[in-house]
Amino acid sequence: MDFLLNEFLVTGDPLIYGAMVSIVLVSIAIVFVLTYFRKWGYLWREWLTTVDHKKIGIMYIIAAIAMLFRGGVDAMLMRAQLTLPNTEFLNSQHYNEIFTTHGTIMIIFMAMPFLIGLMNFVVPLQIGARDVAFPFLNAVSFWSFAFGAMLFNLSFVIGGSPDAGWTNYAPLAGPNLNPGPNINYYLLGLQISGIGTLATGINFMVTILKMRAPGMKLMRMPIFTWSSLITSFIITFAFPILTVALALMTIDRIFGSQFFTLTGEGMPMMWANLFWLWGHPEVYIVILPAFGIFSEVISTFARKQLFGYKAMVWSMLIIAGLSFLVWVHHFFTMGAGAGVNSVFSVTTMLISVPTGVKIFNWLGTMYKGKIRFDTPMLWSIGFIPCFVLGGVTGVMLAMAAADYQYHNTYFLVAHFHNVLIAGTVFGCFAGLTFWYPKMFGHKMNEKLGKISFWFFVIGFNVCFLPMYFLGFMGMPRRTYSIEPEWMPLNVISTIGAVLMAVGFLVFVYNIYYSFRYSEREKTGDTWDGRALEWATTTPVPFYNFATVPEITGPEAFWKMKQEGGTTYDKENLEPIHMPSDSGVPFIMSAFMFVAGFGLVWEWMFMAIAGLIGILACMVVRSFDYDHGFHVSVEEIKETEEKAREGEK
Amino acid sequence: MKNKWGKYGILLAVAFLLILTAGCSVPVLDPKGPVGESQKNLIVFSIIMMSLIVIVVMVALTYMLVKFRERPNRSDEDYDPEHEGNTKLEIIWTVIPLIIVTALSIPTVITIYQLEDPPQSSSDKEPLVVHATSADWKWFFSYPEQKIETVNYLHIPTDRAVEFKLSSADSMASLWIPALGGQKYNMAGMETTLYLQADEAGTYEGRNSNFTGTGFAEQTFDVHAEPAEEFQNWVEETKQSAPELTQDQYDELLAPGLLQEMEFSSTHLEYVDHGSMDGSDYLIQRHGTEAFEDIPALEGGEDVAND
Amino acid sequence: MSGHSELTTGPLEYRSHEDRMTVLGFWLFLGAEIALFATLFATYAVLFGRTADAPAPQELFEMPMALTMTFLLLTSSFTCGIAIHEMRRGSLKGLLTWLIITLALGLGFLGFEIYEFVHYAHEGATLQSSAYWSSFFVLTGTHGAHVTLGICWAVLLIIQLKKRGLNQMTARKTFVLGLYWHFLDVIWIFLFTSVYLIGMVV
Repeated sequence: MDFLLNEFLVTGDPLIYGAMVSIVLVSIAIVFVLTYFRKWGYLWREWLTTVDHKKIGIMYIIAAIAMLFRGGVDAMLMRAQLTLPNTEFLNSQHYNEIFTTHGTIMIIFMAMPFLIGLMNFVVPLQIGARDVAFPFLNAVSFWSFAFGAMLFNLSFVIGGSPDAGWTNYAPLAGPNLNPGPNINYYLLGLQISGIGTLATGINFMVTILKMRAPGMKLMRMPIFTWSSLITSFIITFAFPILTVALALMTIDRIFGSQFFTLTGEGMPMMWANLFWLWGHPEVYIVILPAFGIFSEVISTFARKQLFGYKAMVWSMLIIAGLSFLVWVHHFFTMGAGAGVNSVFSVTTMLISVPTGVKIFNWLGTMYKGKIRFDTPMLWSIGFIPCFVLGGVTGVMLAMAAADYQYHNTYFLVAHFHNVLIAGTVFGCFAGLTFWYPKMFGHKMNEKLGKISFWFFVIGFNVCFLPMYFLGFMGMPRRTYSIEPEWMPLNVISTIGAVLMAVGFLVFVYNIYYSFRYSEREKTGDTWDGRALEWATTTPVPFYNFATVPEITGPEAFWKMKQEGGTTYDKENLEPIHMPSDSGVPFIMSAFMFVAGFGLVWEWMFMAIAGLIGILACMVVRSFDYDHGFHVSVEEIKETEEKAREGEK
Repeated sequence: MKNKWGKYGILLAVAFLLILTAGCSVPVLDPKGPVGESQKNLIVFSIIMMSLIVIVVMVALTYMLVKFRERPNRSDEDYDPEHEGNTKLEIIWTVIPLIIVTALSIPTVITIYQLEDPPQSSSDKEPLVVHATSADWKWFFSYPEQKIETVNYLHIPTDRAVEFKLSSADSMASLWIPALGGQKYNMAGMETTLYLQADEAGTYEGRNSNFTGTGFAEQTFDVHAEPAEEFQNWVEETKQSAPELTQDQYDELLAPGLLQEMEFSSTHLEYVDHGSMDGSDYLIQRHGTEAFEDIPALEGGEDVAND
Repeated sequence: MSGHSELTTGPLEYRSHEDRMTVLGFWLFLGAEIALFATLFATYAVLFGRTADAPAPQELFEMPMALTMTFLLLTSSFTCGIAIHEMRRGSLKGLLTWLIITLALGLGFLGFEIYEFVHYAHEGATLQSSAYWSSFFVLTGTHGAHVTLGICWAVLLIIQLKKRGLNQMTARKTFVLGLYWHFLDVIWIFLFTSVYLIGMVV
């Protein structure tokens, strides 16, 4: 009992009691609703066991929006504390936990899953495939992410949240200075979801390299698919580094090794190196797919071919290559010497060149276009100036000698929010509103969409522009108390944050509103689209394409509309092979959660039980030779005729 | 056009911020020594270059949005859906950024190398050596030549370079005195060197800028820069009036928590050098991890942040 | 998958489109594994010499043992190659025989590795004793864990081969296991040179 109250559950803070109560209430409500409407079977059959890339993509996006809410609440709490510093709204420890979870959740459990969700839904459709290369593995990816996120979020009420920043620097986060379960949550939550991300990287590389429609050469691929391919490449080679770094610190904390410790001649600074060796490529993992989305959206709504397609592809490849060569710029102040700092300064600044090329190519795409201002396009237009601001301040930060003054200040905070929100979050919103009709069969309401856009984008600038000045005024990041002269700008910043929150809430309300009132789509081609995902019907049949068309050039669907062509060639229908659903990914990831929770608390019996469960699931899978079924020609015909009624 | 309003809004906000900040101290842009000065010059130069880029992009974007938006009665003459590239233009907007990057790289690299050495303007004098050691959540400043040590404040002479030898007893910190120049990390088990110099007498705020846990926000110190003579007087006075620092007392001070300003007539360097590999586990040997298990509510330090 | 032809000739494990994707996917996985081991090697290199109060590696490493382990693993890679060759010839019996020999050699390697670890622990070098030894045990231990996993995997495959005989699916699985096994061998060569040889000399 004593253990339960003093160590296991987090006690003593009204905010946390509130969270506990709401978690319990929400759980009860979910159980009640599912039981009352008899939806348990539906949930299990249609969602928990699915291997359909479209459903997995949608689940990723729903989870990401939930995490955006959680991370956003963290942000609002931080803003409240910095606006009312003398009221001790949050104490130091609580503030530290909140900025740590804010950063970790936004990067690992919001930005990445949101984009991976969009990739999941869109990429197979864009290349004319029926699913990803390894659908079972794809489900493992999603569920390990979901359970990893759950483990991480659990820390808030059980045991205490991680409190060493999302960068989790040693030795602060090591066993010497930070005993207890909280950092273990960070290590294991990220480790479990990281396994899923690595699998996604491999899965999408194979999917894109091997499953394209006949005739779709690499240089004929839609640009979002290109960005996904390059992102998958970065994931595959960057995530193992994180896996190792997390594992080493876990072993340090749980089994007493001496990698990053102050004792035993350990080397704490090696953590910073390993972390950013993964962490900088990670930045591009969350920005490149967003670039791909903006390219698709701008070209669709300017109603023009993408300007400089080849340059776009090459610039992404160069960015991906450079992303592995700049990690030291995250700690110029470590004193690595003038030579090292100079080299990394220059490589970092070089990244601005291909990025600049992309910006000008987007402008070039608008040139001689006929621009419509639907919501996805608004997000993409808003992206350009906001992102350029983040980009140029990035160049300023890259200048090592000047960075000594910016480092660890609000200038840095403003910069990375300027690129990550304007780039990634705007990109996610643009992508979601753009592909929303394909996912759910109706558009999001335009008027609400525009309201949420203006609130968000204005709030965003009001929130983060003052932070550059706060940096110059000497305000360090991660501080829970401020000096009086930093007060006015902090208040402005908070006002901006409130506006952003309103924008987000309108966005979420729009999902509900559109579900109720939006007109249902009659054709598959909502926006006069250009790539293959618009060629199939809406909603998309589970096999995606009845027949896969022969691709003769870039912008496959645009060409099909001009020259004729269909994804329903009645004469050449063949039975389609589809993968079977499986409950193993869900159960296996649940065992990962059990093992992770055991390790967090150093309860070895539980960790071993979880591990045995994981291995048992692998054995079950290994002996399972029934991997698919065939859809008959009659069933395809029936489905297609029904879906295409509206078009006539 | 709604979008133009967005941009006007940004400009207005920037102007507004400039007015707001006019009355406040902006130490990074108003440095009091040659190191901060050279960094400020670099910053101002980069802001000018970057503003040019922002303006070019903004103007081009506005032009595209106004000229090529869909509107009634727009003729189809300037609509070209097949238009897909222009090699000449693409080369131009690859080469110009390259030139800008080069233009920024040269002064950057020069400044990086300059900052590795004491400032030129006081090259006639030997730099004053100060060991700055951080511990959760306080600063020890040891003057090995003067044989004195201070806690949470320091005095330095003006017009003479100060050679900070940085290290940490536990978590990684970063010594930052924005009015004098940029920061560098304090790390356990290794030593880094940072040169700073004050040209104007005055009291400047210094702090740890790198997150170190519970007491991070309070881990600040004051820098008193004064003419050489006054500095010498202060040294003499401290030597005579301040007590010696015993190893036991030093160990006690190291325990995680906040401290008041203090001064001693000897340094802790005779007991331990946290900047060497041997010294990196000194604190853990003395206090164990238990000291970090339940951090008590912090008190005892000066309430710098909120006064 | 329509649009992607099924082959009727060529190696069994490459015939269907799904097979070719699996093999490519596994190669990419090995790429990720290389990144993983590269990180561990880098860590080992950085922490080299940080032995604190524990014995130095040259006091503990013994050439005969390292050579025996190398011999066992290299031979197992060779016998694994013969097993795949037998599979290509369509001989289930040959495949099983050589797979089991491979397994036995792998088990021998593991036995030596466990003996080695226990021996070092007796001499005062454990995972906890210093940064260097932490990195040594984690680097070689990760390789050892991979070998263990490979052995368990091979046992599962042998059961499946017995049950189902040689078909496209079992052939693909066996081939992928072969890739994995050779990969572990390559990693060991790097381990042998950069850990044991350098550790004995420096």
